[in-house]
Amino acid sequence: MGATTPLAGYLLVAALLFAIGLAGALVRRNAILVLIGIELMLNAANLNLIAFWRFGPHPELLTGMMFAIFSIAVAAAEAAVGLGLVIAIHRHTNSTDLDKMNRMKG
Amino acid sequence: MSPIFYILAVLTIGGGLAAVLLKNLVHAALATTVAFAGLALLYLQLDAQFAGFAQILVYIGAVAILIVFAILLTRGSDLPKDGVFSRTWAVGLVIAAAVFAVLAWAVLQSVRAVPQQAAVPAVTVHDIGNALVGRYVLPLEIVGLLLTAATIGAVIVAMHEKERAK
Repeated sequence: MGATTPLAGYLLVAALLFAIGLAGALVRRNAILVLIGIELMLNAANLNLIAFWRFGPHPELLTGMMFAIFSIAVAAAEAAVGLGLVIAIHRHTNSTDLDKMNRMKG
Repeated sequence: MSPIFYILAVLTIGGGLAAVLLKNLVHAALATTVAFAGLALLYLQLDAQFAGFAQILVYIGAVAILIVFAILLTRGSDLPKDGVFSRTWAVGLVIAAAVFAVLAWAVLQSVRAVPQQAAVPAVTVHDIGNALVGRYVLPLEIVGLLLTAATIGAVIVAMHEKERAK
């Protein structure tokens, strides 16, 4: 069923999603929204990995699939630590606004 | 291209755009969930059933809930007075547009070099399980260790500091 769509379509969707995530990470001032943007970028990379696995010469070796699965696991760990950091910073400064976080020292 | 692919692409991109543009953080988190669901359906469309269901479990089941909890704990649903976009938003937008232009140019230039059609791979969950405990057993162990360390680290970082309160 997926064979009717060429690889370039998936790659373009992934590129657009990556750009949207990058824009979100760069443009928004809330730290949680920046983390959402990073998650979108990671997901776009995963879509690329799965698409290349599907259209690659040796899908039975599962290389791209395994890369995507491990990437999903690492992204989950990253989200947990990142949101924990946001909560800790919010407790410390009572704000999640990144434009106000301009000190290295608490 | 199949119409299903267009529907899923619009769903994913629309969810991502809404997540970045919506002012209310709770709405943005819901839009992110829509984008995650669209990606999971795209994985299913790519005959990667295991990755699709793992995406649903991990992202829609865990990461979206984590984001909602973080919004709750930081009272992020109140709208900030001085706007939701950073002071340097124009620069960020230009950088993102430039990155997309370069990526799209590279993809469109390489259309003839990469394979556009392929037979449906005959890969079952059984094969994935065998590969995980065979060829990829060391990365699997390392990911397990990383997840344990990240969980403990997240709890310690977000834990209430009792020493300071005394």
